[in-house]
Amino acid sequence: MKVKSPLEVYNFLPRTNCKECGYDTCMSFASHILDRSAKVYDCKPLVRDAEKDPKVKEKLEKLIEITSPEIAEVIVGIGDKALKIGGEEVLHRHELTFFNPTAFFFDVWDTLDDKKIEERCKRVVEYKKFYVGKFLTLDGFAVRCISNDPKRFREVAKKVASYGKPMVLIALNPECMRAALEEVANQRPLIYAATEGNWKEFMKLALDYKVPVAIRAKDLNVLKSIAVTFKSAGIKDIVLDPVTEPLGEGLQGTFERVIQLRRKAILDGDKDVAYPILITPISAWLIEGDEVTKAYWEAVIAGMFIVKYGDAMIFHSIDQHVVMPTLTLRFNIYTDPRTPVQVAAGLREINNPGPDDPVFLTTNFALTYYTVENDLNSAKIKGWLLVVNTEGIGVEASVAGGKLTASKVKEIIEQTKIAEKVKHRYLVIPGLAARLQGSIEDETGWKVLVGPIDSGRIKGWMEKNWPPKK
Amino acid sequence: MAKYKLEDLLELLKNYNVERLEDVKIEGDLEIEIEGSSGVDLSSLTALYTLLNEFRNFFYHTNMALNYLQRISTMLGVPAPFQPAPMAPAVAPAAPQPVVPAVPELKLPEKLIEAKFEPPKVEYPGYIEEVVLGATKADGGTRDYVVKLGGERSLAFYIFDKPQPNLPKIAIDVFDRPPSLAKAVKVHYEDVVGSPPEWAKKCVKKFGADMVTIHLVSTDPLLENTPASEAVKVVEDVLQAVKCPIIIGGSGNKDKDPEVLEKAAEVCEGERVMLASATLDMDWERICNAAKKYGHVVLSWTQMDINNQKTLNRYLLKRAQIPRNSIVMDPTTAALGYGLDYAFTNMERIRISGLKGDTDLNFPISSGTTNAWGAREAWMTESPLDVDTPWGPRELRGPIWEIITGLTLSLAGVDVFMMMHPLAVAVLKEIFNTLGGKTKGGVADAGKWITAEV
Repeated sequence: MKVKSPLEVYNFLPRTNCKECGYDTCMSFASHILDRSAKVYDCKPLVRDAEKDPKVKEKLEKLIEITSPEIAEVIVGIGDKALKIGGEEVLHRHELTFFNPTAFFFDVWDTLDDKKIEERCKRVVEYKKFYVGKFLTLDGFAVRCISNDPKRFREVAKKVASYGKPMVLIALNPECMRAALEEVANQRPLIYAATEGNWKEFMKLALDYKVPVAIRAKDLNVLKSIAVTFKSAGIKDIVLDPVTEPLGEGLQGTFERVIQLRRKAILDGDKDVAYPILITPISAWLIEGDEVTKAYWEAVIAGMFIVKYGDAMIFHSIDQHVVMPTLTLRFNIYTDPRTPVQVAAGLREINNPGPDDPVFLTTNFALTYYTVENDLNSAKIKGWLLVVNTEGIGVEASVAGGKLTASKVKEIIEQTKIAEKVKHRYLVIPGLAARLQGSIEDETGWKVLVGPIDSGRIKGWMEKNWPPKK
Repeated sequence: MAKYKLEDLLELLKNYNVERLEDVKIEGDLEIEIEGSSGVDLSSLTALYTLLNEFRNFFYHTNMALNYLQRISTMLGVPAPFQPAPMAPAVAPAAPQPVVPAVPELKLPEKLIEAKFEPPKVEYPGYIEEVVLGATKADGGTRDYVVKLGGERSLAFYIFDKPQPNLPKIAIDVFDRPPSLAKAVKVHYEDVVGSPPEWAKKCVKKFGADMVTIHLVSTDPLLENTPASEAVKVVEDVLQAVKCPIIIGGSGNKDKDPEVLEKAAEVCEGERVMLASATLDMDWERICNAAKKYGHVVLSWTQMDINNQKTLNRYLLKRAQIPRNSIVMDPTTAALGYGLDYAFTNMERIRISGLKGDTDLNFPISSGTTNAWGAREAWMTESPLDVDTPWGPRELRGPIWEIITGLTLSLAGVDVFMMMHPLAVAVLKEIFNTLGGKTKGGVADAGKWITAEV
C-alpha cells in the first residue's frame, strides 16, 4: 500500500474514537489498517457518511485507494470457500509478510468418464494432512475442456461445481467457455484464458458474466497490452499467466518473466501489471519421461514459484509426493514471520494422567509441540508433558544451540511442581536430545530415559520401556 | 556384475537422446562396472552421470536428470498410483468461430491498446566473496580440480540482472562410523558404510558429487571418543581415495571439535579444505589459527540468527584475522515443514544484506540439506495419524523432501549443499543448471496441456 504511517490513515478518519470498529481509538484502527488486520470498511461512521455526502465519499475512495495492496486482490469462488489471490505488498516475506497463500487448483478434464471425475474430485475434497495443530486441505479444481464440445464442458463444469470448491474453467474456445459459464458463472470461477487470439471474446465473457479472467501471453508486452485493454473496458479482476514452460531455457525464461512482472509492479508501482500471477506446474506433464519423473518435476516447478510470486497454480498430479511437499512449502512460506510460532512453556496433562504415568519432555516450538501432543493423543497415551521454553526452536537445533539444557529442564521441573504430581522420578526425553541424558540426571536427580527420535513412535517405545524395569 | 565398455555406454547414451558428447576426450579403454542384472538400472544411469562428470566437461542435456530420475523410480519398483489415460491425439478439431451477438450499448475496445513492458533493472552495490575450495598441484595441493563458491552480484539465479559466476555446488556426506539414516538413503550406501574412502569414491564417481564432507562423528566423547590423531587418518585415506576438494566435519562436541579440526587442518596442509565448523560457544580461535596456518577455509556456523552470524563473522575477521576469501557461513538448515521458513528467511536476509554492502555478511552460504530427512514425512512408512489422507510410498516422499528443501534454500542464496540422496543430488543439479542458464531447449509447445490430455 502507498501509505507508510498510521498518521496518514488517521487523517482520513472521523477521529472521534467511537470504538464501532472494535478498536479503542482511531489511531489504533489506523495502525491495524496499515498492517492489514483491519479493513477501511470497518469504520462504520465513515461508510455511513459517505452514503450521504459526496465529499466524504470521495475521501473514503481516496483512503481505499491509498491503502489498497500493491498487487490487486482477486476473489475466486463464493461464500466461505472463496479464495483470495494476490493482494501482496512485498518482494521478500521478511519485509512484512506474504498474505494470500498460493491457491492450488487440481486438474479435472472433460474427456474423463464421469466415474473418474468423481474419483478425482472426491480425492481433492477429502484430502487432509495434519500440521501445526490443524489440517491442511486443497483449494479447488481446474476444469479443462479437451472435448472442444460446449455441451460436455458445461456438463462437467456443473458436476465439478457440485463439490462446492472454487474453480478455474479452462478452454480457449469462447463458445465452450460461454456454455460452462451459463451453468456455473454464479460460482464466480476464474476463466482461463484470454490470449492474443481470443481476447475480444474473453473480454466480453468476463463482462457478461462478471467473472475474473486470466490472460495468457509469453510476450510481456502482449500480456500487458491485453491487461490494459481489459482495464479500459472496466474489467478489474485480472490474473496474469506469463506461460509456464517446463524445461531448460524455457523454464529459465519463465522464472525471469515471473520475477520481472512482480518487481515491475512492486518496485516501479506499475499498476498495469500489478495483478496475481498464475503458474501451471501441470506443464511438467509435457516433458518426456514416466509418471514419477513428471510428477517430481511438477513439484519442482511448483516449489520454485511458491517461493517466487506464484499466486495461483494448476496441478495435474494429486499424488502425495507432489501434494504433500508443495502444500507444506506453501504453509511455510506464507507463515507470518512477525508472529513467532511458539506455544506457552509449562505442563500439559494428556488424557488425564495419574501419578504412575510417564513424564515426557518437549520444546515450545509450535510444530514440535503439536506433533508430540497429537501423537500422544492419537495413540491414547496418558502422560505428563513438560514444555520447555527453547524460544521456539525445535529439539535438535535447540540442543545444538544451547537452548535446551539440563538447567532449563531443572527449571521447568521446579516451576511445574511435577514431582508432587507423580510418584516416580522418570523423565522421558526426545531421542534427538539423547546427549543431554547424563547432564539432566546430574542436575535434577531424576532418572532419564531416552525416548524415540520421532514422537510417532512413542507407542512402540512405551510397550518396551514403560513402566521402567527396576 | 556386468562390465560395460565405452562403446556400450555410448550406445546407451543414444537411447537417452544424448546425441554427442561435446568436447569430451576419451583416452584408453575405459570400463565402467555396472551392478545388477536386469536391464538398465540405477547403477548404469549413475555410470552415465559419472562418465560425463569425470571428464569435468559437463554436457548438459535437458533430459539427463529426468531420465535418471525416471530410471530410479522404475528401479524402486514403485507403481505410479495414477495411471494416465492414453495420450489422445493432440490435434483438436479446429475451433468453430464463435458467434458473438452484437451488444450496441457497450463500447468495447476494438483493438488492443498497445503497452510496452520495460523490465526493471536491479543493481546492488555489494557482492559476495568468492571462496575457492581445494588446491591443485599448481597451488601446492593434490586435488584434480578446485570448486569456487559465491561471487554473486545479484540474487540467486537472477542472471537477467548479473551473470552468476558460480552455480551452487553439492557435497555428499560421508561418516566415519555407521550413522543412523533413513532407509531410502541407507540403501544407496549400505555397501560402503564402514569404509569412508570407498564411500567417498561412490559419492563422486557414481552420484556426481562436486565434493565430499567427511564427518568425524566417532570423535564424540559420548560415542567412541576416537582420539583426534587417530580420527584424522580417515581424512588422509579419503584424500587418497578421491581427488575432489573435501570438507571436514567434527562431531558437534564443542570441547572436542577444536582439537579434532586442528589436527585435521594439519594433515590436510596445502589441500585447502573447509573446516566445519567454528561456532560462538567453542574455542573458534583455535580452529581459525589452524586454518590460517595450513591455508584452509572456515565454516562459520550459527543457529538461525542473523545477528549472531554477524558477530561470529566479525570475530573470525577481526580477532582471528581470517582472510575474507576463506569464510563460508552455515546459518543452519531446517527441514521442509520443520522450520524451513525460518531458515529460508534468515538466509535470504543474510544474502540481501551482503549484496547491499554489509561486509560482515557477504560470504558464500552452506546448507546441511541432509537435515530434510529429519522430517517424518520423508522417512515414515505411513502417517501416525489415521485421519490423514494416506501418505503414499515413502520411497517417493523422501527424495522430494530433500529436493524441495534444497530448492527453496537455493533461491535464498545457498552456494554449497551438503546432501545425501543421489536422486536429490541429480535433480538439484538439474535445477541449478536450468535456472543458471546452462541447459538448452525446452518443450515444443508449452500450451499443449490446455487442449490435450496429459
